[in-house]
Amino acid sequence: MTDIINIALLFAAIRAATPLIFAALGGLFSERSGVINIALEGLMLAGAFTAAVITFQTGNPYLGMFLGIVAGGVLATIYAIACLKFEADQVVAGMAINFLMIGLPALISGVLYDSTGSTPQIDKAFKLPMIGNQLSYASILAFALVPLTWYVLYRTPFGLRLRATGENPQAADSAGVNVSKLRYISVILSGLLAAAGGAYLSIGQSSLFTKQMTAGRGFIALAALILAKWKPVPVLVACLFFGLMEALTIQIQGAFKMPSGEPIPVQFIEMIPYVLTIIVLAGFIGASRAPKALGIPYRKEN
Amino acid sequence: MNILREIVWPFVAVIAAFIVGGIIILLIGDNPITAYSLLLSNSFGSIRDIGWTLHYATPLIFTGLAVAVAFRCGLLNIGAEGQLYVAAFATAFVGIKFGGSVVDIFGKQENWSWASLPAFLLIPLCMLTAIVVGGVWGAIPGILKAKFGSHEVINTIMLNFIGIALVGYFTQYFYKVPGDPIQRTAEIGDAAHIPRLNEFLTFIPYDVPLNLAFLIALLMCGLVYVFLWKTKWGYELRAVGENPSAAEYGGISPKKQIIIAMTLSGALAGMVAIGEVQGTRHHYETGFSADWGFLGIAVALLGRNHPLGVLIAALFFGVLLRGEIFVDAFTRYVSKDLGWVLQAIIILFVACFQMYSKRKGGVVKG
Repeated sequence: MTDIINIALLFAAIRAATPLIFAALGGLFSERSGVINIALEGLMLAGAFTAAVITFQTGNPYLGMFLGIVAGGVLATIYAIACLKFEADQVVAGMAINFLMIGLPALISGVLYDSTGSTPQIDKAFKLPMIGNQLSYASILAFALVPLTWYVLYRTPFGLRLRATGENPQAADSAGVNVSKLRYISVILSGLLAAAGGAYLSIGQSSLFTKQMTAGRGFIALAALILAKWKPVPVLVACLFFGLMEALTIQIQGAFKMPSGEPIPVQFIEMIPYVLTIIVLAGFIGASRAPKALGIPYRKEN
Repeated sequence: MNILREIVWPFVAVIAAFIVGGIIILLIGDNPITAYSLLLSNSFGSIRDIGWTLHYATPLIFTGLAVAVAFRCGLLNIGAEGQLYVAAFATAFVGIKFGGSVVDIFGKQENWSWASLPAFLLIPLCMLTAIVVGGVWGAIPGILKAKFGSHEVINTIMLNFIGIALVGYFTQYFYKVPGDPIQRTAEIGDAAHIPRLNEFLTFIPYDVPLNLAFLIALLMCGLVYVFLWKTKWGYELRAVGENPSAAEYGGISPKKQIIIAMTLSGALAGMVAIGEVQGTRHHYETGFSADWGFLGIAVALLGRNHPLGVLIAALFFGVLLRGEIFVDAFTRYVSKDLGWVLQAIIILFVACFQMYSKRKGGVVKG
């Protein structure tokens, strides 16, 4: 066991947790304001794809990251219009966004690179910068966003209104809060953050975009958010937990053998985070309380 | 008027999706008129075309019904893909083990089967396997939701990943013929095959794989309708979908209905295996589904979660799936991924238009 638990594992866990932290914090803003965000996966993919394309074309990862985040914001705006203006079912609309982001990057990369969904490899020099050779600055940013989110949520008028809207939009409205505007801001903010997580995946952790490269991370981030009871600091802990599990699965590969002497099949290793998500959701959701108005459209009374 | 309203909005959604899709095609440098005419014109021209279109529609009828039944209970089943994968592998497993399958391993014959059942036993046994295994895989998120309240959307997505990995493992390590470069199981026994329709209807060309499963799919449309609207169980299921707390007040247990709905949903998704494994391929193959489980969501929404609507929507998507091949081959840039985009836009528009039409079959908060 000792050769598995070491400092490299810790760094690997932080790396794996980074996109989850971005996405889960994004989900936190949206859901605390009362809008379910099952579209996190698609928003991450939007960020990942745009960042990879821009970085490959310009050689500038900062521009790539920035435009990736913008793409997430644009997509989240579409989602927000569907959910808030048209009162579309939030879960259904969210899945539509996810489906869109399976197809659209593949179509565009077909035109740009004659591929079926991936971008070419980005030169190592053009990836997001690293501290030493273990961590990306993006990880630091993700960690820094946690206390910032906490501050915004609990110590600013915006945060107070956001929480009030998610719990009781009628009361917030009569207290003078523009519920609709606030929810738009929150959903768009969640798009920006989730896309940042996606961008980190493609130009930080990896060096290209591949079709559906998020591999369910948007949903795992959502599970982390539920596990964390929609609170920023527990979100960090939950994401680190999932990150640690992902890092462990990579280390387990080859380290353990089956009784027959063969290595553990890769399919079983791949399954671990997904099984874990189900167990965590089943075990902790009872103790977790969602924002009261989550998923319920609000119509202003005249 | 009500019926008219039910029909108008799905049409508007489809047209809107085609317009947005056309703009996207234009932007990526192809001609939308060419792409769309390729998409739509290869589906009705001849008996062969119609046969193929119906063949493509068959799995979508099953998955569309699957998603619709769950929707009617207020649940979004995104797990139809996983359910049909697990069911398809299980069906192939039974078809091999009880079908007297003999495998040729580098010239050496090896018997992989336990028994060699006659067709009148093996065909229903395989069908039952598809239904039961799909149902079990669907029941898991239902039980998780009923017992722990965890959201079925996340759990079904996780179970998709798990199910597909699991059957991939079994295929690769145990049921693949050694030396076969394709990730697929050995062939099921002949006795497990269901007949193709061209065996009876000679006017259908020999290369059209349309089989008995299509007729079963039609039958299921009728059965689902009868179940939902003509039985007490169906009424209870819909009551929970309309208003869980009112249903509970009326003495209906939402938890029980959630488990029932997800089990039925999984069973319907699993029935895809009947057509694909027993009818078309005669083995299980990794990646055999053209995302039918996910397409089922668009089919159900477009069909307003009604069996007749599902049938019409599945035929429409059958046309698209048939046409996609031609679009892929004869346009420069437009690929099959256009399907995901159109599907996403259709779902988005239907979801948005729902506000204007009667709120029915909406997903409850999880």
